[in-house]
Amino acid sequence: MSTVLTVSGPFTHDNTGIRRTMALVMFALLPATLFGFYIYGWPALYLFGITVIAAIMSEAACLSIAGKPVRPFLFDGSAILTGWLLAMTLPPWAPWWIGVVGAILAIVVGKHVFGGIGQNLFNPAMVARVALLISFPLEMTTWVSPQPILDPASPGIVDSLIITFTGDYHLDAVSSASVLGHIKTELSRDISLDQALTTTYGFTETVLGVTSGSLGETSSVLVLIGGLFLLLMRTISWHIPVSMLVTIAVISSFFHWIDPDGYVAAYIHLFSGATMLGAFFIATDLVTSPVTRLGQIIFGALCGLLVFVIRTWAGYPEGMGFSVLLMNAVTPLIDHLVRPRIYGRDRKGKPVQYPVNMENRND
Amino acid sequence: MRGLKLFKIRGGVHPNANKQATHDRNIAKLPVPGLLRIPLLQHIGSPAQPVVKLGDYVLKGQLLARPQGAISAPVHAPTSGKIVSIGKYQAPHPSGLPVPTITLKTDGKDEWTQTWEYEDPFQMEPAKIAEIVANAGIVGMGGATFPSAVKLGLRNRYQLEKLIINGAECEPYLTCDSRLMQEHAAEIIDGIRIMMHALGVTETLIAVEKNKPDAITSLEQAAGDHPGIKVVGVPVQYPMGSEKHLTQTLIGKETPARALTADLGVVVHNVATAYAIHDALRNSRPLISRIVTVTGAAIQNPGNYQVLIGTPVSHIIDCCGGLKNDPEKLILGGPMMGQPLPSTKVPIIKGSGGILALTSKEVPMKDPSPCIRCASCVNVCPCGLLPLEMAIRAKAGDLDGAAEYGLMDCISCGSCSYVCPSHIPLVQYFNYAKGALTEKQRAQHKQEEIKRLIEARKERMEKQAKAKKEKLARRKAEMAEKKKQVSETSA
Ligand code: SF4
Ligand code: SF4
Repeated sequence: MSTVLTVSGPFTHDNTGIRRTMALVMFALLPATLFGFYIYGWPALYLFGITVIAAIMSEAACLSIAGKPVRPFLFDGSAILTGWLLAMTLPPWAPWWIGVVGAILAIVVGKHVFGGIGQNLFNPAMVARVALLISFPLEMTTWVSPQPILDPASPGIVDSLIITFTGDYHLDAVSSASVLGHIKTELSRDISLDQALTTTYGFTETVLGVTSGSLGETSSVLVLIGGLFLLLMRTISWHIPVSMLVTIAVISSFFHWIDPDGYVAAYIHLFSGATMLGAFFIATDLVTSPVTRLGQIIFGALCGLLVFVIRTWAGYPEGMGFSVLLMNAVTPLIDHLVRPRIYGRDRKGKPVQYPVNMENRND
Repeated sequence: MRGLKLFKIRGGVHPNANKQATHDRNIAKLPVPGLLRIPLLQHIGSPAQPVVKLGDYVLKGQLLARPQGAISAPVHAPTSGKIVSIGKYQAPHPSGLPVPTITLKTDGKDEWTQTWEYEDPFQMEPAKIAEIVANAGIVGMGGATFPSAVKLGLRNRYQLEKLIINGAECEPYLTCDSRLMQEHAAEIIDGIRIMMHALGVTETLIAVEKNKPDAITSLEQAAGDHPGIKVVGVPVQYPMGSEKHLTQTLIGKETPARALTADLGVVVHNVATAYAIHDALRNSRPLISRIVTVTGAAIQNPGNYQVLIGTPVSHIIDCCGGLKNDPEKLILGGPMMGQPLPSTKVPIIKGSGGILALTSKEVPMKDPSPCIRCASCVNVCPCGLLPLEMAIRAKAGDLDGAAEYGLMDCISCGSCSYVCPSHIPLVQYFNYAKGALTEKQRAQHKQEEIKRLIEARKERMEKQAKAKKEKLARRKAEMAEKKKQVSETSA
């Protein structure tokens, strides 16, 4: 007998949607992004615009080549968000082509090679960031000290065009190492942390983000506020950010406690570099993180551990991109091993047993 | 009752209740239609077997078809009239296939067959109560339509402690149970007491979602000082009305997979079933009508109606003033687990609690887009399943893979589809895969059965051949013996 099934319900739906989710995430990113424009001036704004537009165009091109309907997918907001996140991790005065190449890498290699939205194994923005870092180490590590947009000493609208599009500007005059980069360099020169820190930014500046660094990462507080907003809106769950931040805090505190001169304090780890952005906006990427809560906690904790390890012992001052990518690769394994307990069954999948069970049965 | 400790269930969703349109509408009797189409399969189990002939004149309440097999239920005439056809007709059955149906041309007299008075049910043997319930054709009226008498007989196999009465009514839009509890609380309590006697339990919990305070008050008043009956307000959380989840909320234990709540010493019945049992035992009336909520923005006059079983949906809609505008979807049951009506010609059956005519505004149908692994479905699944993984496998036809991920533990509650931001019809995949898997297992079972039979036959044949051979050999030996004797004697 063949079962001719009529359409199944439900015939009502929650008012969720990909678009709404994406819009909320962008809204949450807005404060930190605007702050980035403010302290790094017009070049940051240009680079951001170029990256986002390049991401949208790459998406459109990929969709039409793949023969998929362009409109619904293009406007689900995911491409814009990928471009946006990528731009936030770029050095604010990087030349235009960094944004374009990055966006193409993110959308084409990071996303559509895998089959488009939902199919990618790796976080597209991080694929692009890491690829750019390896291919163009100079451009990707040239940071500038804050150049507030309204400050008369900062480059104006036209000068900024030169910075972004020709790169013909005396960057040396304004370039400056990021907090983590500075510490790394100093430590590698056997300069004790104590001294190293005196020549860099203070606690307040680091936390507020008035330092040199990526376009949208430096203001940890604003990123954190955005992240908390997403938690509040239930767009993301607490599992990944909390497990990740706690892991970073605990491990770095431990090493700092053992050797305060060789290892930086937890607050620097937490409030500089991509930590906050990574914890709330990148590692929480739905597609590339585990689907169970326990899996997410494991994922977040391992990610935090990797961030610490890479920052401390590997060659790069920042480890977020690598950590997230490595953990993305582990996600399928986590999802395979960590599954929720099915109702009425124990963890192994056997039906639950109660001692009374047997007594209950009269037969 | 306030003091009872409740337990949390996993996941679940909070859809818009949308009950305001019918919540205050008293139950009204619907006019008898000209024709009733009474399906013989309105329950889980085998279809009933007709006992009337074409052209027979039947009275209201008269038996039309008797049960067949261990799990089945009889069907009675909802009103008086003439049998004008016995054949197959479209019915609200998940398969969408026609089922055996008796068509009754009503004569408008609504004349009862003879009724009688039973002795006091509390003096009856439990088996006798179960028998009367079985003969009245009562099935689970919450939609599961499992023959109620079978559940009343569970005391023979399980040690029962509690009766749980399901008045959760967690499906949006539906208010039929809520109205019944408000208007017929005394009858429900009486039905419950009869069931308690039949089951041999001393404790009953009536569970009602907290958003129905009126129903809770009416039941509390009716329960009065009957010992052992408690009304419990349970959280508003879909699918609270799922039998196993309701039991967990109340007693804190999960029903083991593939088992019954009876394994926990609990039997669950719906409020409407309690009412029907009261009617059967006190008034000797079989189950021939039910309360149906007719609502949705496309219905002119939404309300709650007492409808004869077999009434065509079109008649009901007409009596409610017809449709305001073209509905996007016509649904039998609630919006979460109900099924779309193949046509308005199909009749109401014992398990249908609602007719919904929903406008496109109420049914936000969107084309599905790819899964973004957002895990919303995982978080809301009350059964702890991974809907996204099951869907991937079910879609690819990998039935065993889906089963390995717990397909058969899915209760098709629809919570996952409800939240899926990509509007993936997850439940549809699951229902399809479940059907296919059952089919496959049945086929496999059949094959094994055939193999077993062939083997048994072979064995039998071999045995026979062997026996024949032995017999032959014995005969030969006997003959030889005889010959010998003969030759000896002749010698
Ligand atoms: S329909 Fe099945 S898989 Fe979906 S939420 Fe309900 S029980 Fe879970
Ligand atoms: S809710 Fe839908 S989109 Fe989200 S993981 Fe489940 S199936 Fe995928």
